[in-house]
Amino acid sequence: MTEYGMLIDYEYCTGCKTCEIACKQEYERPAGKVGGVEVLEFVHTLPNDKLFITNIPHFTRACVFCAGRVKQGLEPACVKHCMARILTFGKIEDLTKLIPEKRKAILWTKG
Amino acid sequence: MKNDGVKIIKTTTWSPGPGCHGGCGILVHVKDNKVIKVEGDPDHPWNQGRLCSRCLSMTQYMYHKDRLRKPLKRVGERGEGKFEEISWDEAFDLIEEKMKKIRTDYGAESVIFHQGTGRDIGGWISMLAYAYGSPNWMFGLSGISCYTPRLMMMSITQGDFAVVDASQWLEKRYDDPEYKIPEIAIIWGQNLPATCPDGFFGHWYVDLMKRGTEFIVIDPRCTWIASRAKIWLQLRPGTDAALALGFIHVIIKENLVNMDFVEKWTNSPHLVRTDGKIPIFLKEKDIKKDGSDLNFVAHDAVSGDFMVWDSTAQAYDKTGAKPSMDGAFTITLADGSKVPVKTVWTLYKENAEQYTPEKVEDITWVPADKIRQAARMYANAKPGALHWGLPIDTIPSTVPTSQAINHLWCLTGNLDNPGGNAIARYAFDVVTYPYHSGGAILSLPPEVMNKRIGIHDYGCIKDFRAWAQPDKVLEQIFSGSPYPIKGMWIQTANPIACTGMEPQKWHKAIKKLDFTVCVDLFMTPTAMLCDVILPAATFLEKDSLKAWWVPLQAIKKVVEVEECKSDIEINLELCKRFMKDFPFPNTQVLFDSLLKSAGITYKELVDNTWMLPPKGHPSKPYFRHERGLLRPDKKQGFRTPSGKIELFSSWLEKWGLDPLPYHEEPPYSHISTPDLFKEYPLILATGRRMGPFFHSEHRQIPWLREQQKDPVLEIHPDTALKYGIEHGEKVCVENWLGKITVKALVTPVIHPNVVMAEHGWWFPEKKGSEPELFGVWDVNVNQLIPMGHEGKAGLGSPIKSMLCKVYKAKG
Repeated sequence: MTEYGMLIDYEYCTGCKTCEIACKQEYERPAGKVGGVEVLEFVHTLPNDKLFITNIPHFTRACVFCAGRVKQGLEPACVKHCMARILTFGKIEDLTKLIPEKRKAILWTKG
Repeated sequence: MKNDGVKIIKTTTWSPGPGCHGGCGILVHVKDNKVIKVEGDPDHPWNQGRLCSRCLSMTQYMYHKDRLRKPLKRVGERGEGKFEEISWDEAFDLIEEKMKKIRTDYGAESVIFHQGTGRDIGGWISMLAYAYGSPNWMFGLSGISCYTPRLMMMSITQGDFAVVDASQWLEKRYDDPEYKIPEIAIIWGQNLPATCPDGFFGHWYVDLMKRGTEFIVIDPRCTWIASRAKIWLQLRPGTDAALALGFIHVIIKENLVNMDFVEKWTNSPHLVRTDGKIPIFLKEKDIKKDGSDLNFVAHDAVSGDFMVWDSTAQAYDKTGAKPSMDGAFTITLADGSKVPVKTVWTLYKENAEQYTPEKVEDITWVPADKIRQAARMYANAKPGALHWGLPIDTIPSTVPTSQAINHLWCLTGNLDNPGGNAIARYAFDVVTYPYHSGGAILSLPPEVMNKRIGIHDYGCIKDFRAWAQPDKVLEQIFSGSPYPIKGMWIQTANPIACTGMEPQKWHKAIKKLDFTVCVDLFMTPTAMLCDVILPAATFLEKDSLKAWWVPLQAIKKVVEVEECKSDIEINLELCKRFMKDFPFPNTQVLFDSLLKSAGITYKELVDNTWMLPPKGHPSKPYFRHERGLLRPDKKQGFRTPSGKIELFSSWLEKWGLDPLPYHEEPPYSHISTPDLFKEYPLILATGRRMGPFFHSEHRQIPWLREQQKDPVLEIHPDTALKYGIEHGEKVCVENWLGKITVKALVTPVIHPNVVMAEHGWWFPEKKGSEPELFGVWDVNVNQLIPMGHEGKAGLGSPIKSMLCKVYKAKG
């Protein structure tokens, strides 16, 4: 079976949370419960006193990698709508090859 | 049509709905006449398939249980919350009867037509105001402090508006060979990923960042982009003019001015008389008996003579001349007297000389070295882009501030060049929402327009934008002088929760009037006070069109939601009732008429969905001043009185304002009001954007509200420690005008001497009738901000630079 994953170019995640709502719309998920993704924000004061803001989309247990959409040849809802275009969905082996091109990336797999 | 009965319709966004300034292309999924999903349109050049959280929540917005679906008539006392559903016919009859009575008894000018921010309303509400006969079309924010000051200043400086070129005029966008990625972009006072401001898609900056643009961010807060910027300048709120003048000082001192551009395209060689208290232009009429007041004078470096710049011919009256850029001269006037004159450029440099980086550091708190570095980096960039935000409007000194910042792209030649600041016009010159005094659908005779409130107080209110001045309107509601105000039509606005500073006063004002109508989609604290409430349609329930700036696009009616009607249809129906021979029988005829300059019909626009102007069209960049595309006479140059970029402004001179930029201390500060500062030692800034909400909207949308339940006050950890405040606990924010209670968000992103309060908060889930009004009085920070502090031009107000104290709330 092919293993799929999500490559997150987190350097450019602005924390707009579009991915969260795209997921909720796609699956008509109720408010008040987490959907397939939640964006985590870190405001760090680095050792040189520089402030740095990092956002990371965290894919939850509820994420199904939009199997239904993918079967129709569509991108997962979060990938499609991401305002900063930081998400790439695909086969893990293909995504691994993309990593050196990216500045800062996380490869999310479901196991 | 897909097999499952789902129809997919291509359209474009604006308000009502996402609330924003619109522009995105979308695909709407419709089943059984109901919208079931909204997605980004991958073929639309604006958003290229993406879509933000507010638009993705449209289904929750459109079909919300609390959405207004039928017209309502007040049956109890004002604010008591007792309304009765009525039919549209009854609503229109009632409004017609009440408003015609006011018109007969007091005159049409006694009704104010009150709109909110840049939504799809400007064209339609001005049409209604003018069909009724009132010149008092108004945006209610004190000092009209939202984009209008910047628009005004751009318009008088280079004859046109300018915005950063992120390739939005090109279908292939960043890949178009004509486009250049900005080397440096200054982001001056805007948190872009959280907003799509002033006809700009915020995430375009992330696209540019990925393509190599480096950033200089000027902001009292460390925004996401600021944390990734080459240089972040954390300035004191309200001191932006000083900082811009510091940049200008460095750019001049270090010979970084693009002199070819400045010599050729600005009025820098024109002569200014320095014999009076404030310098004024030397005109041809001063030196020749029959000389024109429109023509300027310069000194010819070749012959040593003076010569006339003929503004009509766009030429000097001497051939082979070369105007002197620098110099102080004595000239003999037509009456024989002698006066000292200087070139604009000499005077300009003297003015900038005062603003050394060290002096600017004292004013702005920004270290002098960083000012130097940033100024060099921007001036050396090819191209350099400069993006500015609302904080430039929300200070009483907005005019000199906007002017100084606007000059930065002029001094460096970053005007209408690829990747710089491109001149922005309505696509195809189609005006759906007039941003200046021209272009309204209807017009009123001059004697009626002369009654517009504020027109006699402020030159630029008279000459630049057709809005009534809101601070003067509020004053007149209470004074009744020079004529009484009796009614208010409120559409796309929520002054009690959002646009009104000192909302306590707006509350009294609205309740004092004889008749008020509110057009909205949900019951709001403002609607609760009105006599008739009309349910408006979202952008998916109406036909409309948009040309802010590009593309020209169609907004298409996809479905209907019960009895909701579009703002346009509502206003059109009332126009017919108020105006004999109203020329537009329906929206299609109206839209066709607006589209005349594009040479297409509304149906053709709908078929195309969106259209970008072709190369060579005056609404398409680049370098239009060189190609004679900006001026009506098709000569090279700009649409200003002299035809040049006016560094020394003839419009400001005409309005009795200082023609050159300067720093002015905010009205409340440790310098302006030291006694108040002792009691209120923190600078209160407001209005930073919240991603899930657009101003006062969306608090009832479940997917959006779950992102943030309560309003917060950003406070620095050191400051929080000093006042014994812990993260997440309730704090009171108080000054001499009022007090609110919100949650502390302890964060290092804010300057230790500044706190940032969110605006626009109310709680749709709380009791709506008075006195609660959805809890608005507990949290609306505008209660701490005064009306009546507009700047000398009638524009600007101290919305982001007030003073306050913060303490732990009891209980």
